[in-house]
Amino acid sequence: MTVERLLLLSFLIFSIGLFGVLARRHVIAILLSLELMFNSVNLAILAVAWHQGWLTGVLIVLFGIAITVAEVAVGLSLFLLAERIRRTTCADDLSALKG
Amino acid sequence: MDLAAIILGGPFLAFALLGLVPALRRSNWLAPWVSITGIFASLAASVVLVWRFLGDASPQVHEIVRAPMTRFPSIRFGILLDGLSVPMLLTVSLIAFLVQIYSLGYMNEEKRGSLGRYFTYHSLFSTAMLGLVVAHNTLQTYFFWELVGLGSYLLIGFWYQKPEASRAAMKAFWITRLGDIGFAIGLIFLWSAGGSFVFSELFQQADSGVLSGTMLTLGVAGLFLGAMGKSAQFPFHIWLPDAMEGPTPVSALIHAATMVAAGVYLMVRISPLLAHTPEVAGWVLAIGTFTAFLAATMALVARDIKKILAYSTVSQLGYMMAAVGAAGPVASFFHLTTHAYFKALLFLAAGSVIHAVHTNDIFYMGRLWKRMPLTGTYFLVGGLALSGIFPLSGFWSKDEILIDLWVHGHGLAFWMLLITAGMTAFYMFRAFFAVFIGPLKAGPNAHESPAVMTFPMGILAILAIVGGFAAHTVASLFEHSISAPAPHVAAGDPPGFIPFLGVAVALAGIGLAWLGYQVRKFRPDKLYAAVGPLGKVLERGYYVDDVFLFCYRVFYLGLSAVVGWVDRYIVDGLVNFLTWLTYGFAQRLTRAQTGRIQDALYAIAVGFLLLALLAWRL
Repeated sequence: MTVERLLLLSFLIFSIGLFGVLARRHVIAILLSLELMFNSVNLAILAVAWHQGWLTGVLIVLFGIAITVAEVAVGLSLFLLAERIRRTTCADDLSALKG
Repeated sequence: MDLAAIILGGPFLAFALLGLVPALRRSNWLAPWVSITGIFASLAASVVLVWRFLGDASPQVHEIVRAPMTRFPSIRFGILLDGLSVPMLLTVSLIAFLVQIYSLGYMNEEKRGSLGRYFTYHSLFSTAMLGLVVAHNTLQTYFFWELVGLGSYLLIGFWYQKPEASRAAMKAFWITRLGDIGFAIGLIFLWSAGGSFVFSELFQQADSGVLSGTMLTLGVAGLFLGAMGKSAQFPFHIWLPDAMEGPTPVSALIHAATMVAAGVYLMVRISPLLAHTPEVAGWVLAIGTFTAFLAATMALVARDIKKILAYSTVSQLGYMMAAVGAAGPVASFFHLTTHAYFKALLFLAAGSVIHAVHTNDIFYMGRLWKRMPLTGTYFLVGGLALSGIFPLSGFWSKDEILIDLWVHGHGLAFWMLLITAGMTAFYMFRAFFAVFIGPLKAGPNAHESPAVMTFPMGILAILAIVGGFAAHTVASLFEHSISAPAPHVAAGDPPGFIPFLGVAVALAGIGLAWLGYQVRKFRPDKLYAAVGPLGKVLERGYYVDDVFLFCYRVFYLGLSAVVGWVDRYIVDGLVNFLTWLTYGFAQRLTRAQTGRIQDALYAIAVGFLLLALLAWRL
């Protein structure tokens, strides 16, 4: 495994995630796609850190994962509430803030 | 100078006061007196001025403003007091004063406030007319020329509730404006060739030959066009009979004595230029003579007493124009002055009759002599003066004109004007017999007008009788003033038969009227039927109005239709097309604005990709 291939994989996963965010309408699917994008970035950082022997990178990734978990928890609870109040989990219907 | 300031300032101050202080204007008793005080100041100053001038008749020029705009040094404003303007000042201020006094009686049925409006307009008109008289350059003349036009418009349309009155006001304004276009072009021609607007400088330029040729001819012709509009010369005479819709004192002041004479006044003023342009002088003579004749024929069949006087005014203005054209400015100006007095008198007398019987049709009046002896006498005096009966003022001035025509060899014009004199006498006495002597038709309640109306008529009657004896004074003042006196053809003494011929023709006219309308030796209505369609043609004023209407409909409305089409479909079309284009484009573009975050994100992603591509390719 070379670092180039790892970065390429990371780019691929990022693109899949971006596609998901843009194309999906279900909020949980969007959240999942976001996670994909996030993890592809983690992967890229790890690849570079491994290649350079850069320990701080690993630490950043660890912190990032912890933050992501919290973020997912917040996101899921928001969607749960949205489902209860608005009876929908479709992103297009949750447009109360739209001017 | 001080006197000139008083003359112009009096009415102007009255106008400003009445115009700016509504309380004053609405007051029915105060407003007239403000106006009358103003014009009285003018009159008093004019009398003093004339008195001084009889001692020393050298012209005086006072430049008031020399070029407020230094970029245009030829624009100057000044006052010219000479043998032409000083007598005219007296005439204008005197008649304006008398007419305003008369209006107190004539307009006594006006509503509160409306009388103030009337006197405000009167003051405006007086200011403008006096300013026109003393102007020492063409530009200033033009300025006041338009102002008197405005005053005339406002006063003709004074009873604006009457649709005919406001229509007549509009007509008067537009027809005179038509001539004024010529005036504007003419003064620009003279300025561009002679380099000045000032009369005396233009005369010098013309004498020295700097101002000559086509430019001079076109310039003088342009000014004559303006004079034709103002002085109601054929074919612009059509506005004057309609202008009779205004109050009768207004007709007396503006449409008989002063404003309509402004055209003649202008031609007399520029008569030294006219001497250099014989072609234009020929036209002036021809149009003046033709107008005099034509208007007199129309007066023969008119039934409205004011229309008769209006046609008669047009006819007499034709006389004056003819005299100017025949190189007789002195005679013309003299006739202008005498005509101002006796025609104002006739109008005021007619107004007095109308005030009493409330109709304008002379065949609904009759036997008013017994009821209105003063008015009848004054009308008779005015009629005799207008007919040119010795020794009233009209005789002297008409005689001067006829002599001028004869000695300068204008035979055709002479005979036409002589016939016109006969017709003048006929139609005046037709009206006189029908109104004052003939059988009673209506107006049983008619009574003599109050003193406030008869007193001004009395003064005018005296002037109409004795005015003729001022001939030599007027002439001598005049000779001092016009720097280059019109070249008199060195003819011998005028033939002595002309005065007798004039009086004989006038007496014949009076006699004919007496036979036809008083003792009824022949029936004018049968004669009218006998000439067939000619009578109808005369009544319709030779269809000149219809020609104007035809031109208006065909040329003006046709052009309007074309211009309207171009505006609607070409100009507006272009704008509409651009709007449509922009709107359509915007419609398409708004679809990109969905308001969904994902779409925005999509745009960001694509944009980023493009940037990345760009960065990579470069």
